[in-house]
Amino acid sequence: MKYIDEYRDKELVRLFAEEIKKTSTKHVKLMEVCGGHTMSIQKFGIPDLLPPSVELISGPGCPVCVTSRGYIDRAIAYCRLSNVIITTYGDLIRVPGSTSSLEKERALGADIRIVYSILDALMVAKENRSKKVVFLGIGFETTAPGSAAAIIKASMAGLRNFYVYSAHKVMPPAMEALIDEGVQINGYLGPGHVSTITGEKIYYGIPKKYGLGVVISGFEPVDIMQSILMLVQQIENNQPKVEIQYTRVVKPEGNIKAQQMLEEVFEPRDDWWRGLGILKDSGLKIRENYQTHDAEKMIEVQVEKTIEPKGCICGPILKGLKKPKDCQLFGTVCTPSDPVGACMVSSEGSCAAYYMYNR
Amino acid sequence: MKKNDTILLGHGSGGKMTHDLIDHLFARYFDNSILRQQGDSATFDVGAGKLAFTTDSFVVDPVFFPGGNIGHLAVAGTVNDLAVSGAVPLYLSAGFILEEGFPMENLETIVKAMAEEAKKAGVFIVTGDTKVVNRGQCDKLFINTSGIGQLDSEYEHISSGINIRPGDKIIINGSIGDHGMAIMSARNELNISTKIESDCACLNHLISESISGCQQIRFMRDATRGGLGTVVAELVKGKSFGLKIDETKLQIKENVRGLCEMLGFDPLYVANEGKVVIVAGADEASEILKRMKQHPLGTEASIIGEITSDHQGIAWLETVIGGKRIIDMLSGHQLPRIC
Repeated sequence: MKYIDEYRDKELVRLFAEEIKKTSTKHVKLMEVCGGHTMSIQKFGIPDLLPPSVELISGPGCPVCVTSRGYIDRAIAYCRLSNVIITTYGDLIRVPGSTSSLEKERALGADIRIVYSILDALMVAKENRSKKVVFLGIGFETTAPGSAAAIIKASMAGLRNFYVYSAHKVMPPAMEALIDEGVQINGYLGPGHVSTITGEKIYYGIPKKYGLGVVISGFEPVDIMQSILMLVQQIENNQPKVEIQYTRVVKPEGNIKAQQMLEEVFEPRDDWWRGLGILKDSGLKIRENYQTHDAEKMIEVQVEKTIEPKGCICGPILKGLKKPKDCQLFGTVCTPSDPVGACMVSSEGSCAAYYMYNR
Repeated sequence: MKKNDTILLGHGSGGKMTHDLIDHLFARYFDNSILRQQGDSATFDVGAGKLAFTTDSFVVDPVFFPGGNIGHLAVAGTVNDLAVSGAVPLYLSAGFILEEGFPMENLETIVKAMAEEAKKAGVFIVTGDTKVVNRGQCDKLFINTSGIGQLDSEYEHISSGINIRPGDKIIINGSIGDHGMAIMSARNELNISTKIESDCACLNHLISESISGCQQIRFMRDATRGGLGTVVAELVKGKSFGLKIDETKLQIKENVRGLCEMLGFDPLYVANEGKVVIVAGADEASEILKRMKQHPLGTEASIIGEITSDHQGIAWLETVIGGKRIIDMLSGHQLPRIC
């Protein structure tokens, strides 16, 4: 398939592997922040091809994984209201809340619809004017512009029954918080999709403040291998900087129009990340101008008390301090069919990816 | 039957309307001497030896999809379950649960598809049942088929796979993921213009022609729900051998791959309805492959992997870039209501 096979070329991958081996003298830990990278790395068996001196660790880039249990509990409370239809991306419905999950609620009769695009959620709202249609807005700068566009569209069309329940987050505060907390890494594989929107400037603080490199990477094996090589070269030459490997998609300035929409609809707020706690200005809150589409403001609901699961080490795993195999629950009590933590639910979660491909 | 007729509750009452439906539709298309007896049970002679018996229910959504409809699936699914056990499929039952208001014309198309598929496979639908439920109590129609086949004693070991040993080869009769992605693309919510056809087909002739006279057929399974990945993961579970698949040998149609990439599906786990996985001794594998390729349903057959003495209890994939990863069973569902 064009634009894919070229980036899965065995010979090219082998050449990069050799070059990495030749270049790497120091033991390095590189963190992939994006869940899509985690998935790709496991799916293609990339760790197998790297020299022992290059270690990959997974970061907090799976949107489902970093979303708080309290958020799920509130979504469950919404779906129990008789006049509410929940629309969501598929991954979220299996995430356990404190005492239930959206999947269980759906089996009991709640109206929960899986959509592939937020525009489908707008359609649901259009077709069900007597119901309140709530879209569960999770994800980083990748999915947040979609939510912003939908809110603007709903506002212009007078679609007053359309709401977004935002848990949207932005990436840089988490990347900085990890280093501040003392997580030992030597460089970041930067998220390709997030950067398509934001451009490279959001990462400038990382080489400047922390002396660590960021290489914005694509998702195919050749992309990832090349990005690893670029990072290893930066480290060996002691020249940390922000570089774009994924040049066929990411422009240095990003997608200006999407950035403007984000700015128009959302404002920063402090937000809670699983494993990292509250990070300053890391969440996206719907601005007052658009509050008629903000589920949190407009739909009152009683939410049960949030109970965190015992023994689950999703937190340290998201920080790259522990690997899924270090968790006592991994593969025994916590499996993809009966997940305890969110990292085991999403296909981008590190526990799910390890369970699936690398046990 | 008139063109705009629909199914009414009366069609399931057991009275005159039911009889009319049977006479004008089911008996007409499924016609055979055993069905014609119209007794409470179908009766027939069977030869000496063992019988194989299987059942399957079909709830696919949508009922009509590129490459077939629920009727094709209902016959092929049960025929294939018998055939991969090494049995010769003989007789089928067909139970229908119909939703009030379902268009008669659509039912006729489906029944016709079942009759055609049965004829192709050389099996007879010899007994059946019809129930009608209120609108909203089932989605259009559900079909259950059960099947009986004759099992030769030399093939008794096939369904358990007890004779599998390291060095055996894994063969499949063509591309993977077609059915699942055909269903996905046919669902309205996606608005996809690409036309992916289901591979839905009866495999009994392909199988019998490929394996007849072979001494080293160790195991067969049709890779339906859960796809090829689930078949190989199940096969090695708790066993003293491993299983290696070479990703470069897997055939995936361009449009199937495209849709999988777009939606984040792994084609290894996407359903097929016309694919058989055969584990055969290394000495015979190439002969089986040669015969398969001569059959219209096996022109793209290939040897995709082998049984290994290492990696015991694990199925693993050598990836296109030369890496390794585990192939595990899928948890939860990748796609609901695909068959």
